[in-house]
Order: sequence, then structure tokens, then C-alpha cells
Amino acid sequence: MNATLLVDHLPALPEIVLLVGACALMIFDLYVKHEGRAASAAFAQVVLYLCAAATVFVVWGSGGNKYILFNGLFVADLMSHLLKLVCYLAVSAAIVYSRSYLADRGMLRGEFMSLLLFSLLGMMVLISAASFLTIFLGLELMSLCLYAMVALNRDSATSTEAAMKYFVLGALSSGLLLYGMSMIYGATGTLGINEVASEVARQAGSTADRSFLVFGLVFVVAGIAFKLGVVPFHMWIPDVYHGAPTPVTLVIGSGPKVAAFAMAVRLLVNALPVLAPDWQQMLAVLAILSIALGNITAIAQSNLKRMLAYSAIAHMGFMLLGLLSGFVQDNWLNRTDAYGAALFYMIIYAVMSVGAFGMLIFLSHAGFECENLEDVRGLNRRHPWYAFLMLLIMFSLAGIPPTAGFYAKLAVFQAAVAAGHVWLAVVAVLLSLVGAFYYLRVVKLMYFDDPVGASTVRTQPVGRLVLSANGLFLLVLGILPQTLMLLCVAAVERL
Amino acid sequence: MLLSAAIWIPLAAGVLVLAVGDRSPFMRWIALAGALLGFLVTIPLYTGFDAASSAMQFEEMKPWISPFNINYHLGVDGISLLFVLLNSFITILVVIAGWTVIETRTAQYFAAFLIMSGLLNGVFSALDAVLFYVFFEGTLIPMFIIIGIWGGPNRVYAAVKFFLYTLFGSLLMLIAMLYLYSKSGGSFAILDWHKLPLPLGVQIALFFGFLFAFAVKVPMWPVHTWLPDAHTEAPTGGSVVLAAILLKLGAYGFVRFSLPILPDASRELAWLMVALSLIAVAYIGLVTLVQSDMKRLIAYSSISHMGFVTLGFFIFNAYGVEGGLVQMISHGFVSAAMFLCVGVLYDRMHSRAIADYGGVVNTMPKFATLMMLFAMANAGLPATSGFVGEFMVIMGAMKTGFWLALVAATTMIWGAAYTLWMYKRVIFGVVANDHVAKLKDLNLREVIVLAALAIAVLWLGVYPLPVTEVMHASVSDLLRHVAVAKQ
Repeated sequence: MNATLLVDHLPALPEIVLLVGACALMIFDLYVKHEGRAASAAFAQVVLYLCAAATVFVVWGSGGNKYILFNGLFVADLMSHLLKLVCYLAVSAAIVYSRSYLADRGMLRGEFMSLLLFSLLGMMVLISAASFLTIFLGLELMSLCLYAMVALNRDSATSTEAAMKYFVLGALSSGLLLYGMSMIYGATGTLGINEVASEVARQAGSTADRSFLVFGLVFVVAGIAFKLGVVPFHMWIPDVYHGAPTPVTLVIGSGPKVAAFAMAVRLLVNALPVLAPDWQQMLAVLAILSIALGNITAIAQSNLKRMLAYSAIAHMGFMLLGLLSGFVQDNWLNRTDAYGAALFYMIIYAVMSVGAFGMLIFLSHAGFECENLEDVRGLNRRHPWYAFLMLLIMFSLAGIPPTAGFYAKLAVFQAAVAAGHVWLAVVAVLLSLVGAFYYLRVVKLMYFDDPVGASTVRTQPVGRLVLSANGLFLLVLGILPQTLMLLCVAAVERL
Repeated sequence: MLLSAAIWIPLAAGVLVLAVGDRSPFMRWIALAGALLGFLVTIPLYTGFDAASSAMQFEEMKPWISPFNINYHLGVDGISLLFVLLNSFITILVVIAGWTVIETRTAQYFAAFLIMSGLLNGVFSALDAVLFYVFFEGTLIPMFIIIGIWGGPNRVYAAVKFFLYTLFGSLLMLIAMLYLYSKSGGSFAILDWHKLPLPLGVQIALFFGFLFAFAVKVPMWPVHTWLPDAHTEAPTGGSVVLAAILLKLGAYGFVRFSLPILPDASRELAWLMVALSLIAVAYIGLVTLVQSDMKRLIAYSSISHMGFVTLGFFIFNAYGVEGGLVQMISHGFVSAAMFLCVGVLYDRMHSRAIADYGGVVNTMPKFATLMMLFAMANAGLPATSGFVGEFMVIMGAMKTGFWLALVAATTMIWGAAYTLWMYKRVIFGVVANDHVAKLKDLNLREVIVLAALAIAVLWLGVYPLPVTEVMHASVSDLLRHVAVAKQ
């Protein structure tokens, strides 16, 4: 009995490991006296590696098959494994990059690591959710930890303001999502994603009134849009990115976005495929508005964190181009290409975002925040290697080959054109030209201008290594993107 | 393997140069070795080339990104082969020319040029559209950095303008490529697209998609305004590569994409292309006349000369297309030489203004002699390479219409006027000032570079057969293909 219980729940092993690890870390941290908290960080890293090992083990054991556990609450499929691995990487990198930054500012308390791990747990639950209930559970676990982390620097007015904004708007968006879910529950009588899908399909065949469902759908899409941060639900993004301590911004900009993407796939693609013509139209509007507003407003920013926030809005818009191209003229032929492209975009974006904020953390030191455009002036004179890495990240964000960002854009544009949204693709392409300008400005400041003042970069061998790997990954992936693309395609094929 | 070697040897040498850094005494030699080796591997391409065949040769094909059916597919025909050779040759000269001139961040300078050389070879030999696009766009990054770091006072403006203009064009081309990909049933192979039937309306839309990308690169009037800025502010080596090779990308794109994939649209819109080309030839020729900055003058003359190339392509006869191609090669040599000549003066005087010079012949006789030759070639004097291409295009234009040829032929007048007038003001007359009086004549390094180009210019002018015979089969095949409607 016990043996079968264990085997039955094996696909949830990574979550179990993380939960145990996060709880153990809370106790362990009480005994860490050292201010730098090297031991806690190492502990958290070990937990992450164990989670990664567990995920790999599950993939290997399940052969990529889909498992539904806990009475239809939890799903373990290839997409969830892939996204979880991305989240581990992001969180692991966040810990490496941020330790000395936080220590310098007296923010490195035990809570940081525990909150980080619990929020990761929330992301994982969200990614693996197979029911509206688990979606909400994961979402709240993730978000509540993040609210607290944004306010980590409790004496800073901007941080507190950012946390307040994040909390109020986050709660509002959860409310919207919940409202939408309740509508759909009302229409279908079930919370399970697969059950909702079959019930909606059954109703579509009959003459039942659809207005209830579509009404619910609108709120669900709004909730998703809030979490992804796309226009017109983007207001919190610039303030939170700017106000939060940079390591927390790094976390918010990567893992939760990946999780929100998974949520969008579960709710829209898995639960409501029959309503695809409806939600694809909504996403098209959101996508174009985000790309336009994100790219145009980013030009006006002099603060790098705000600029990257607007760039995040634009990037989510590009990602949506993939998500809205799956269902074309009554067939799903474009499905694998489109969702594979969106997934690929999401992963590449997470890597770029981690790299960009990691660089900002690196260039900051005690008493100095690297967050204005002026602060990277002349970086090539002072630290050619960091300048080169930042150049790779910027060109990748702009989507210039041979960097990974180009293939991400290529894939979503291809999906959009194949779906017949040629005009959407043309507009998006022209707006990405606007985007290229502000990324180029960063490169220009680093390479063409002379440095002002002599600032130093802290010598951090491990961090330097990870950051280099992060930046070079974008170049290597730009030359050999095939493996990851195939993984993404395989992941969405068995969705 | 030869084509891969031509792409990856310079790239690898560039990375190696970056790795050893400024302080290493071997850095320059590694750069030179990389450039020489890169050129040497292209020689067997020419000697082993079967000129009787119009098919792609030295093909290499490996799956690259299988979900999108993108392949690492290389190959050259009689048209692209010449540009691979030209590019590899010019790279050597650029490395030698920058030997002592560049003082800041020297390793990055040489690395940028070597990496760009590899990427450019990739553009000319790619037979897969995405591979082409990656190389095509990839060249932007090193060029952006070259102009921005080692350029003149207004370099940042020029670099950003260059980047955004060319990116704008390429992004529209990307959409056109994706459209072709979905219409061709999932193939990025350029040669497959040549056979793809398309309705005229679609062809015209796609033609404009490609037109922006290539017209910006050529550059054609009215999207030429980035070129004078970029040229004026770029360091000598940057100007040389920009004029000799990068400008050829656009014209090459017309031959590889627009003409064979969209033949009906090309014929339908030929009037537009011819009109834009003639404006470039005649109007820009006049604009060139009034320039007071030597580099700006040569930049404008480049636009005018490239107008000849596009004119040749869109009159659809063998004289025109072959003339256009010869003109591209010739312009590669002549403009490189002219910019190097200005570079020689600029290194000594730090001024590009014509007014600061005068009577240079008194102090630099060797230089004056060599520059005379290049100036004549730029003006299109018979027995220099400049004459061959222009003459062929005018012959081709004459077959299409007398007035067309007449307007085109005015270039002979404008070309002579602006080049020789500049030459006269800079070289002849009395010694203008003390700086000119103190000028030293060419050193050995400069003589080698300019002499190599002088030989090329004269050889191509007197005996162009080795070039035209290679391209002949490919060009007639192209023209046969374009003549057939595919809608």
C-alpha cells in the first residue's frame, strides 16, 4: 500500500523535495550565525539541484508521458518539467547573483531564501496545475511570497510603495481570475481542466447559451494578462520592477512569468480550446497594444530597470503572438508550431531577463546602484568582458542574429504568418525596430562613450562564471537553437 | 568544406585575436594570418569552378534547425563566387591598412573586421534563407561597433542611423521570407523558392518587402542618406569594407531573391527600379560634385555607381546584368582604393576637407601617381575596371531605349567632373600650407596595399574575361528564368 502510494505520487517528487527542503531551510537558517549566509545559500542551491535531479528522474521514469495525480488536481507532463527546470535555473542564478548585493545592503536575512523557495514552490504548483483550484493555490503561494520580497528593503519608500502596488493590483487580478473561473464553473459544473474542456466541447455541439462562458473567459483572460503584465493590465510592472531590490526584480521578471505562461496554456489551450476563436482575438489586441506601448515607452526611460520593465511588456506581447496562432480556420494544424514558438520565446526571454538583471546586480556595489542608463557608460573601457556579455543580452533582446532572441522572434513571427496574421506580424516587426533603438542605446553607451568616474565590479568568481555562462548561452543557442526548439515542440505536442 | 572554411577561418581568427588581446605582440600577425588563410581557401573555389555550369557548386548541406526545416546549406554559382573572392581579398588589405593606424583597442578592431569578413562570406554563399538572414543581419553588429568606436566626431549618430536603417529593411524582408516559407509548404531553400508559382499581387507585395531590405543596403535613392554619414565617420578600414563589400549585399540580394523568385513583379516594377537608378546616377552625380569633404564625395559617388548596378539588373539583358556585376566587382576595388587614398592623407593631416589640401604632388609623388590611376578608374576611363561595367550597362540600356542610355551615360561626364576636380584641388596646384609641405610619401605598407589594388583595377580593365566567363552561364540561366512568367 505504502509502496504504491509512493509510486503513484512519484511525478510530484520535485514539489515534495522542494517543500521538505524549504521547511528544512527555515530551521537550518536559525543556526547560521555568519552574516554572509553562505551556508544558507549553499543549502538552498543543494535543494534546487535535488529538485532538478528529481525532475530529470521523473522525465526519465515517465518517458515524457502525461500523469494526472491527486484526483485530477495535478498534472505532470513534458511542458511542466521543462518549465520547472527553467524556474530552478532562474532561482539558482538569482541566489548566486544576489548574495553579496543583499549582504551589502543588510537585506540578506534568512527569510529571503525561504520566501524564494516557497515562491518557487508556488510557481511549480501553478505550472503543474490540472484544476482551477490548484491554479489559484499555486498563484497565491507564488504571489504572496513575492509581495513580501518586494518589501524586503522595508526602510525604502519606493520599495514599500512598489510592494503595496503589487499587492493591491495582484489581489485585484486574482479576484478577476477567480470571478472568471466561477463563471466557467457555473457554466460547466466542474473545476478540473480536462473536464471543463470536454463539457465545453459537449455544449458547443448543442444549442446551449454560450454567453455565460464567454463572460467568464473575459475575466480569465484579464487575470492572465495581469500576471503576464500585458497592456492594458501592465501598470504595476514598471513600478514594481523599479521599486523592488534588483535581485527581487530578477526573480519577478523570470520565474513568475514562466509560471503565468503555463497558467495561460492550461486555462486557454487545455481548458477552453473550443473558445479559441474568442480568446485569440482578445490576445491579438493585448499583443499589439503591449508591443506598441512597451517598445515606445521604453525609449523615454532613463532608468534601466524601468526600461527593462517596458521591454518585458513588449516581450510578453511578442510571446502572445505565438499563443494566439494555434487555431486557424477550424483546424489545429498550426498548434504545435504556434505553442512551441510561444514556449520557446518564454524560455529565451527568461534567460535574457535573468542575464540583464544579473548584470545590473553585478555592476552595483555597496552604496551604488547601477540602475540608470548613465551607469553603464564606457563599460567597454573598464570591463570589456562584461560589456560583451551585456552586448549579447541587448542584441538578443532586440532580436538580432546570431543571438537566441532572433530565433525566438523568428518562431513567433513564423507562427503568426502561418496562421494568416500577416498584418499582425508586419506591425509587430516594425515595432520591434522601435525596440531596437533603446537596446542599441545601451550598447552605444557601453562601447562608444567614455566612462564617468571609476567604478569597480566586485570580484565574485562564481557569479562571474554563472553570468558568463548566462550570456554565452544566448550566443551558443543563437548558433545551435535546434535542441531547445525540438524540446519545446515535443513539450507542446503532448499537452 | 571550402566554403565553410572561407566563413569560419576568419571568424575563428577574429575570436583568437580578441582572446590574445591588445598587449600581445602576435595579435596583428594572427589577424593577418587569418585573413591570408581565409583568402587562400577561396582560391581553389575559383580554380575548381566549372564555368560552363549554372548550377550551385561546392555545395554543403547539413540539417541545422529541423523543426523549421532550416539547413546549413552553402553553395556558390558564377555570381556569388566572385564576391566571396573579392571579400576575402579586401579583408587582407584592410588588415594591412590598419596595421599601425589604429591605436585604441586594436585587438577589437582587427577582430571586428575578421568576424565581419567571415559573416560576409556566409551571406554570399548561403542557400538557405534563414542562414542568409542570420549572416546578413550579423554583419550589422561588427559594423555598428566599427563605426561607433573608431569613427570620427559624429560617429554615434552615424552608427545608430546605419543600424536602424538597415534593420528596418531587413525586418520587412524577414516577413517576406516567412510568407514564402508558409507558401512553399515549409521550405527555406532559396532554390526551391525560385520555382514557386505566385500570383502577381503577392509577388508585388513581396517585392516591396525585399526591396526595402536591399534598397537600403545598395543604397538606392531615396533611402541612401545613411551612407554619407556612415562613410564619413567610419575609420578607413570601415569605409573600405562598407563600400567594397557591404554595399554589394543589396545588389546581390536583388539577383538572388527579387529577380528569380519574383520575376513577374520584377518586370512589372522595372520602370520604378530603372527610374530610381537613373535618379541615383544623374541626381546623386550632381550632388557629388558639390561635396567639400573627400570621404563624403566618394560616398556619394558610390551611390551613383551603384545606381548603375541596379539599372543593369532591371533592364533584363545579358549586357545589363553582367555589366552590373562587373561594375560591382570594379567598384569594390576602386572605392576601396579611393577610401584608402583618403585614409593615407587623413592619417597624416587629420583632415578630410578638400580645402585643406593642395599641391600634394610636390611632397607625395608616388601617392599622386597611384591616386591618379584610381581617380581615372572612378571616372570610368577606358582600360580601367570602371569603364568595363559602365560601358556594358550603357550598351544594355541602349537596347532598351535610347533616352535611357543617354541619361545613364551622363555618369561618364559627372564621374569625370567630380573625381578629377577633386583630384586637381587636392593634388595639383601650389603647396597649400605648411602641413602639406611636411607630408611624407607612402611607406612600404601603403605601397603594397595600393599597388595590389592598382593591379586589380588595370587587370580587370584590360582583360575582364576571367571575371565575365565565370558568371556567364549563371547570368544567362537567370535571364532565361526571369523571362518566364510564374504566376
